[in-house]
Parts: sequence; structure tokens; C-alpha cells
Amino acid sequence: MNGSSACFPPPRDAPGDRELLRRLLESERFAVLATGREGQPYANLVAFAPGESLATLLFLTPRATRKYENLRRDPRVALLVADSRNRAADLAAAAAATGIGEARELSGTAREEALTRFLARHPELEEFARAPTCAAFAVGIRRYILVRRFQEVMEIALEP
Amino acid sequence: MNRPLLAPQAIGPGDRPRVGGKALRLAELLRAGFRVPDFLCLPAEAYRRFCAFRGLAERIRLELARKDFSEMRWEELWDCATRIRSLFLRHPFPPELAAGLREGLARRFGEGPVAVRSSALEEDAAEASFAGLHASFVQVSGVEEMLARIRLVWASLWSDAALLYRRELGLDPERSAMAVVVQEMAVGEVSGICFSRNPAAPSQAVVEAAWGLNEAVVDGTVAPDRWIVDRGARRILEHQPPPERRRRLVADPGGTRFEELPEALSHTPPLSAAEVLVVVELARRAEEHFGAPQDLEWTRRGGEWLLLQSRPTTARRGDVGQDGRSWYLGLRRSFANLQELRAKIEGQRIPEAERTAAELAAVDLARLSDAELASEIARRRTIHRRWQEIYRAEFIPFAHGMRLFGEVYNERLKPTDPYEFTTLLRRGGLLSLERNRALERLAAILRERPELAARLDAGDGAAEDFRRELEAFLLRFGDFTCELGGRALCAGALQPLVRLLREMARRPEAPRREAAADASGLEEAFFASFPEERRGEAAALLDLARASWRLRDDDNLHVGRIEARLREAEAEGRRRLAAGGGDPAALQGVLAAAVEPKAGDGSDEEGPELFLHPRQLRGQPAGPGFARGPARVIRSPGELERFAAGEVLVCDAVDPRMTHVVPLAAAIVERRGGMLIHGAIIAREYGIPCVTGVPEAVRRIRTGDPLAVDGYLGIVTVGEGDL
Repeated sequence: MNGSSACFPPPRDAPGDRELLRRLLESERFAVLATGREGQPYANLVAFAPGESLATLLFLTPRATRKYENLRRDPRVALLVADSRNRAADLAAAAAATGIGEARELSGTAREEALTRFLARHPELEEFARAPTCAAFAVGIRRYILVRRFQEVMEIALEP
Repeated sequence: MNRPLLAPQAIGPGDRPRVGGKALRLAELLRAGFRVPDFLCLPAEAYRRFCAFRGLAERIRLELARKDFSEMRWEELWDCATRIRSLFLRHPFPPELAAGLREGLARRFGEGPVAVRSSALEEDAAEASFAGLHASFVQVSGVEEMLARIRLVWASLWSDAALLYRRELGLDPERSAMAVVVQEMAVGEVSGICFSRNPAAPSQAVVEAAWGLNEAVVDGTVAPDRWIVDRGARRILEHQPPPERRRRLVADPGGTRFEELPEALSHTPPLSAAEVLVVVELARRAEEHFGAPQDLEWTRRGGEWLLLQSRPTTARRGDVGQDGRSWYLGLRRSFANLQELRAKIEGQRIPEAERTAAELAAVDLARLSDAELASEIARRRTIHRRWQEIYRAEFIPFAHGMRLFGEVYNERLKPTDPYEFTTLLRRGGLLSLERNRALERLAAILRERPELAARLDAGDGAAEDFRRELEAFLLRFGDFTCELGGRALCAGALQPLVRLLREMARRPEAPRREAAADASGLEEAFFASFPEERRGEAAALLDLARASWRLRDDDNLHVGRIEARLREAEAEGRRRLAAGGGDPAALQGVLAAAVEPKAGDGSDEEGPELFLHPRQLRGQPAGPGFARGPARVIRSPGELERFAAGEVLVCDAVDPRMTHVVPLAAAIVERRGGMLIHGAIIAREYGIPCVTGVPEAVRRIRTGDPLAVDGYLGIVTVGEGDL
């Protein structure tokens, strides 16, 4: 979702929270992944795709990376997905969702299924995805924190 | 839109940006009443649809972003083009486009045969030069085959030479697109070209003609008859027959082939005087129509004169600019050409190189006077220079043998890995592998009897057999160890070799390396992809490629042996100068011109920039695999002495003096780029992860840095990744 032009507030019939979340996750291609090591936070960009449901987000990483090492030690992560486009109007018009959960590396058929889903969204990453050195992760999201209209914040829990 | 193909009637003067110059002019010629083989045009939007489908455009962009274009060597350009071509070969047509194409092509052409030609969107001047760079196929039969050729024509937008040329003209490759002309095949008995005005003498026209199909005249594989005609008087001024009329290009179910000309035709010019004037008249009419001098391609079928192409006369076939890389790319060789080159290299050059190296080795330098030594150094330098020239002019171009094979292999089998074909080329017959096996054997002796090393040093007679083995090794493979411990140890000293063997003996004996490529399945698949009657050709191509692969490695050693003899003489000269006395003037003079090999102490002379550390460096995935190990940055062969098993070899380029440490290495990282360069070939032979073309490798990586080398993705990760 690209928001509306700078002079206008979001349309009145803006989508509901769950719908907005769904749109964000299905239209954005990149997310900020937050991991940590011994109390030191670390953030980086990843290409992501929603899994079977919105409760799962998929991303890939080569194994010789900081994020992989962090995940190996501590699977707890946050993923930030936002539709801001670096304009002042983003404050009012953009939305962002932070998903909180745990990442686990996939193997076997689970990996294959995840790659199929991931590559449908990012076909240009096929060579990268198929490399034996590339790890596929599924993040099981416990809840999303959805921000819009500057400071309107909603929590969407995916487990009771 | 599901009528992707445009009929000539649907093409108007404003359509150039989508149909390209060729289609536009063919449509105009038809409208003007010229006889032109009927055609359909697949405009540029079809190309764009293909690229937009499932991320092909982004994949091309990723491929181009791999490295700054200006930093790419010609071999990397070829690699880049190969990977993009492979993407095109494997990329599916959007289903609707495919359906529209199948329907339209079948309706108009049935099973064919047709010609599938590029129609570049560039302006005239550039277009003429691109003519030779973009692909064109004749005698294509069957709708699926037509679709396959369309992909290849599109892919040729990204050929190495086309990439280079676009950049030179300042055209953005990412914005380029291409139209395709699918044309009824015009199989004429006589064909040729015609300049309506001779660029060198505007009052004249020039006609060239040969028996058979036009393509052979255009690409110069058949020498044509040539006529110079006075335009005003419509009179032939001169007829220049070719040295001989030997063969003609004819249509064949699978494409085209050459056949010997029947005796009678070989004595007959392909055109009569009257017919020459018919061609000139065609050209004059085309010139009148387009309002500019024209460069025509034509053919005569029965009594019918067909115009195949008419474009403004400009530089006809482009010289691909001034960039030094184009020199290499220009060395595209035909199969026949490569076979001749092979015969020359194997029959003359290699034996000659071996004789020369042996002859030089037989000279006892110690017995020469200083003046004689000085002239011997000068002589060796001349010989070495000559071999460098041969290397450049013959050995390097022969590497196109494996490239040609790779292109054919990828076209037939469309593998996921565009370098799968190298598996078929590996045969373990490389000289450097043979040398490494001999080293392994010697190391095994030391492993069993470690005391031999010390006994050798002590001059113990018990080590005599071992000493003889070492000497035999040096005789067979040359004293590449000469530089291992610095020049002081040159002249037959065994210590550097022994040190290397000890290092090798430290690790357990393992049959671990020399990736035994089981290529039999691939080989079968390759042959099976050809119809029975073309398998002989396929086998000859594979054989040529194997020779090319072997030479790509061995040539370094052949020339290296000659270089070693030059360095040996220079070292002797330096030794005498250092010792003083004699006739220093003569030696000083000749040695001043020598390049002093770097002493190399393993430390970083330049030192990396203080606060900028590399974390991930990108290069080409030249040898699949993944490995970790500490870096050993090698700036000169002298530093190899320090190389320890399990280290990652980081260097400018693996040269023949370095290959012996390759089996010890966990992985290889090279500044020099290319998937088929020496280091990459050796790495593949040993199954060692290898990344080439990392511009910053030697400058930014320090000896001892922990490295992770990802030979699948072409990524080198430096350091522990602390936070």
C-alpha cells in the first residue's frame, strides 16, 4: 500500500487492522530483521515472504553471516515491515508492523515448501535460495504490533 | 494482447522504437513493391513481457550488479553473458505470450523453415555495428524450435561483445530491448550483397555474389566474386573473381551446411554481366526509395530476385571499439578455426616450447664469462618475450574452445548451473595435477620416514635414494621451488622442496582431492541431445573443448618453464654482481631491465586502511563448495613457503608456480576474475571452493583473517562477525 498524496489524510474507509496487516505483509518485499547477541541488538534488511498464514514469515540468509550466528545462539527475533517511502507524508500515511517471535531453520520438505512460497514472491533470488550454503528460516510470530496514523498502535496476537 | 506478432502491413514509420530498424525497412520495402520474403515481427514489448515475467529483469540486474562493469576482465564479461544467456534459455515464456506465439507462427509459417533474426532498436549507425553482435538463425523448423531461437536472439542482446559495445556507446543495457523478425526462409541458388554506392568511390556500385545461401557471403566464410560497376553508364568496370570457388552454403533439415561446388559451377561466376546489372538496379531503386546509399543483401531463387535486407551504408561490420577487452572478445573462433589452432599448438608450439626449455636448461651458466652471461640473459629475455606473444596470440584464443562447447552444451541441456559443462572437460590429465600427484608421492615417503629430511640436510648417504627422487622430480617438472625460499636458495637447492613436502606430510594422507568427476551421465545426455547424424560433430566439439581445457592450464607451465630459465640466468647474474669482481658493467646493464621479483616477507607492506574492514566481499562462484580457514595472502611466490595446510589461499592470480599448494588449501580467493581461468580450473579439479574476481582481495584481506569462502554464491566473509 502506497498511502495517499501528501495533502490528504488516509481515506476514511481505511482497511481494518487485520486487513492492513495482511496487505502490508503481502505487498512489501523487504523487512528489517532484529536479532541480538549477549545483549547487543543487531538489525539488517532481509527479503521476506509470508508463510502459509500470517503467523509465519520466511526469510533466507547465507550461513556465514552475523545474523545466522545470532540466530544460532538465540532464535528470538523481531521483524519490522513498513510501507514508508522516505517522505514527510509517511508519518501520517504509512503503516508499519513489527512481528515478534522465534526463528527456526527449515530443512527437508519444509524447506522446499518454504522456498517455493518464497520464490513465488522473489523469483530473482532463485540462485541464491538454491545454494547449499543458504539457510531458510521460518519465524513463528506470536504477535504483531501495528502502527499507523502516526501513533495509533494495535497489537494483534496470534496465540491466546 | 494475445496477438503478439505484427504483420508487415501493421508496421508504420512511427514503429521503429518497437520493431527495430530491420523490421521497419523490410515492411517499407514490401510496401514499395520490392520482393521480400514474407515475415512477422515480434516487437520489443514481447521481450519486455518475457523479462517482466517471474523476475527475469531483476535477475539480469543482479547479474550486472555483481561487479563494476569497468573492472570486469574480458573473461568476466563472457561469464556474465553466459549466466544471462543461461537465464534466458531456462526462463519460461509467460503462458499467454507462448500461446499467442505458437498460434501466430503456426498459422503463418506452419512447420517452417524460417529465419529468426534480431531487429535492434538502436539508430542506424549503431545498428550496423550491432549486426554482427546479435544472433540470427536460418533454417529453423517447427514452432517449438522457433520459440527456442527467439529466446536466443533475445539473449544475444546480452552477449559479451554486445554488452561491451553498448557501454562504449553509453547505452544503458538495462533499458535495452530487442525486436525479432521471423521470416520465411529464402533458399536461393545465388546470393550476395551490394553497395548502391561504393563508399570509397561514389560513382560506383559494388556487387558481391557467391553460389549458395547469403549467410556465407555476409559472414565471410565463402569468398565471393566481386564486380565494380559504373552507376551512371551501367557498365561493369571490373570483375574480381575469388582465388577459388570451392564450396557453397546450402539448406539442410537441421540448419545449413557447406558442400563442395560441382565442378562446372566452380568455373562459372555466379552472376552473368546482365544479372550484375539487375542487382545494381535493385540497389539503385532501394537507394531512391530510402533517399540514401544502401547496403543490400539479396538472393536469387529461380528467376526471382529477393531482397533480404537493405540498410543505409555505414561502417558495415562494427569494429568493437577501442576497449582492450574487445580484442579478446573479437577472437570468437569458429569450430574449424579452433581446430586449426589446436593442430598448430599441439603439433608445433608445445613441442617447440619443450625443446626450447630443454635447450636452455642444458646451458651451464656457471661456466659462462660475465659478458657471455649478459648476452645469455638478453637472449633468454627475447625468447621469453616471443613466447609471451604466442601465449597471447594463440594459447589464450584457444580457450574459446571450451567456451564454444559451453554455449552448445547449455543450449542443448539448459542446466541449472551454466558451468556444469566443465565437469565433462575434467579428465585429470592436467600437467599441474600430475606434478601435484608426484609431490603427494614424495610427501608420502616423508610421512613414513620423517627422519629422511634431517638426513638429507646432513648429507647422510642413507637418504641418497630420496635425494635422487627429488632431483628426478625437479628435472621433470622444473625447479618451480626455486622461488619458494627466495632467490638465495635457487640453483638446484633441495631445501625449499623438502620444506614443502614436510608441510604436505604433516597432514594425513588422504585420497580427499581431485574431485573424481563422474561425467558419464552428463556425457550421455549431451550426445543424446543431438540427432544421430550429428553426434560425430558433437564428439569432435567435446574433444576440442577437452584439449582447450587442458591447454588453459598447461600453457602456463609451458611458458612458465621458459620463464624459469630466464629468471635462473638473471639470478646467476645478480649473484655474481653481489659477489663483486668480474665484469660488472655488462651484467648491470642487462639486469637493470629485469623485473626484480619481490622478496615478500609475508607482512602487509601497504597495510589495509585503518577503520575500514571488509566483512563480505563479492566475486564469482568459480568453484562450488564452502570452507573456512585463516587467510594466507600471497603477493609473490616466495611467500608460498609459509603456506600451511587448511589455510585459504588469497592471491592476485594462481600462477603455475603456485598450484602445488592448492591441494593444501581450504579454499581459493583470487583478485583476477573468471570462471574458466587457471585458478578456477585447478580448484574445480580438486573440488576446492573458489571465488574469483574479488577486486579488493589482496588489498583488504590480511594474512590470518578468519575467512569463510562460499563457492556457491561467490561470497568471501572476513572476520568473526563480532558485534
